[in-house]
Amino acid sequence: MTSLDLSIALPEILLSLWAMVALMAGAYFGKDRLAQALTWATVAVFVLLSILIGVQEPVAQQAFGGLFVADGFARFAKMAILLSGAAVLVMGMDYLERTKMMKFEYPILVSLATVGMMVMVSAQDLITLYMGLELQSLALYVLAAFRRDSVKATEAGLKYFVLGALASGLLLYGASLVYGYAGSTMFADIAGTIHGDHLPVGLLMGLAFMLAGLAFKVSAVPFHMWTPDVYEGSPTPVTAFFATAPKVAAMALLARVTFNAFGHAPGDWGQIVGLLAGLSMIVGAIGALGQANLKRLMAYSSISHMGFALLGVTAGSEAGVKATMLYMAIYLTMSIGVFAFMLTMRRDGRPVQGISDLNMLSKSQPRQALALLVLMFSLAGVPPLIGFWAKYAVLAAAIASGYVVLAVVGVIGSVIGAFYYLRLVYFMYFGTETDPLDDDGVPAQRWMTLAAALITVLGVVNLFGIEGAATMAAQALVH
Amino acid sequence: MVGLEHYLTVAAALFVIGIFGIFLNRKNVIVILMSIELILLSVNINLVAFSSHMGDLVGQVFTMFVLTVAAAEAAIGLAILVTFFRNRGTIDVEDVNVMKG
Repeated sequence: MTSLDLSIALPEILLSLWAMVALMAGAYFGKDRLAQALTWATVAVFVLLSILIGVQEPVAQQAFGGLFVADGFARFAKMAILLSGAAVLVMGMDYLERTKMMKFEYPILVSLATVGMMVMVSAQDLITLYMGLELQSLALYVLAAFRRDSVKATEAGLKYFVLGALASGLLLYGASLVYGYAGSTMFADIAGTIHGDHLPVGLLMGLAFMLAGLAFKVSAVPFHMWTPDVYEGSPTPVTAFFATAPKVAAMALLARVTFNAFGHAPGDWGQIVGLLAGLSMIVGAIGALGQANLKRLMAYSSISHMGFALLGVTAGSEAGVKATMLYMAIYLTMSIGVFAFMLTMRRDGRPVQGISDLNMLSKSQPRQALALLVLMFSLAGVPPLIGFWAKYAVLAAAIASGYVVLAVVGVIGSVIGAFYYLRLVYFMYFGTETDPLDDDGVPAQRWMTLAAALITVLGVVNLFGIEGAATMAAQALVH
Repeated sequence: MVGLEHYLTVAAALFVIGIFGIFLNRKNVIVILMSIELILLSVNINLVAFSSHMGDLVGQVFTMFVLTVAAAEAAIGLAILVTFFRNRGTIDVEDVNVMKG
């Protein structure tokens, strides 16, 4: 271990140190009185770290004997994770205070989960992968059950824990087989043992188990059962966090494993990932149809969006990875906008989350309703909004790689999905007259919804230049 | 002579028992926690068997990491189970049903 190693992993080290300092500060001084200050400080740390990562030279640097890498791909994913984490922390604060859940552990658990995600996207070895994934998962299990006195939240935590631990078990079993048949845990060495276009049977088994475990983490069908329950049961700020940063990390990790370790045999894992993608796009769209709860609806919506993102990975090309990374960034923006609004949904001071609570929102909060309308159209993939271009890019990449059937499935899925997004718009503009929602959201939440809506409109022009970063990310991953 | 394949068979059997333990058990959440441990231990047997077969230490290092994380995982699982018990007064699998997925 040299000082160079430490400087390459500096963002992760700083964030872990911050989490430990914050834990000590919280435990020794003032407990929950410090919660708000610690949350703001964590937001500042996230933003500073994303700047620190952003100004780094985008050359691939290996650390710790090749266990860890900082390259353009990791840079893109880490910035997305940190910035979305900061946004979620800011918009959740008001909700946590109103429901008396503002505890100092909250920003610390989010920081620890974020360290785990950053390690995941930089993993170049099965052990690094596992440690990053578990650090993230263990923190998220606790966050899901963060509201200790609520039956729903503890049940969500229990379900998430059991299925998440099962997923980790599947992933580990796969990792042990890969280690045994490839003779190494390093991605580069695993790739070195693959000759020809197809994987040996042992490696293929290991890969299948690992992909099953990772599919759990990105909530791809058929490993999606936990998602609606966990989204519904967890406190809304935590749900917002689940829907954003961990998805990016898990998707980036899946791309890392498939391209860095098994990149020589894209046909073999392309079939598995393609199946996950196709099922997710269809089941996510159909499952959302009958939902009456906005959080469950967003859960199914995220399942179908993950299907589209997986489609880009399936393509197995640089264009595909680029499309996936762009898709994730755009998905993050739209999700943050929608969840920022959901956090303001209250009636008589009590949080509500039913779809019918949106009735005639256009009258009581016209600006928010308009922003939500734009976001819904964008989530549905209606041109010319940014969500359409995200879908277009992945579908184009899939077709270019010969996955025409999957692309057709994707289009069908997004048409079915359009129905339930438009149903929300119908409720907002043409629903029945009911008591309006409380109109007392804090400015941070309002502005995030409006800003997200604005980005989905203005981003059409040049995607705010993130396309170049996504290209660099894809080039770093696909040699 | 006990060879690599014997260890892999035992590990595969334990793994399958663990998976079935999670899905077929209708009684108690504690059994699920035990099943998860079983899965992780089957992975450890795999890793150590491969490691000793290949004369490569990485597998045993991996095992130490898995053991450590498994301990943390069990602690968190039990903590969540305790809070769940406080709210519901039961840890039967059939009672984990406030939300229908």
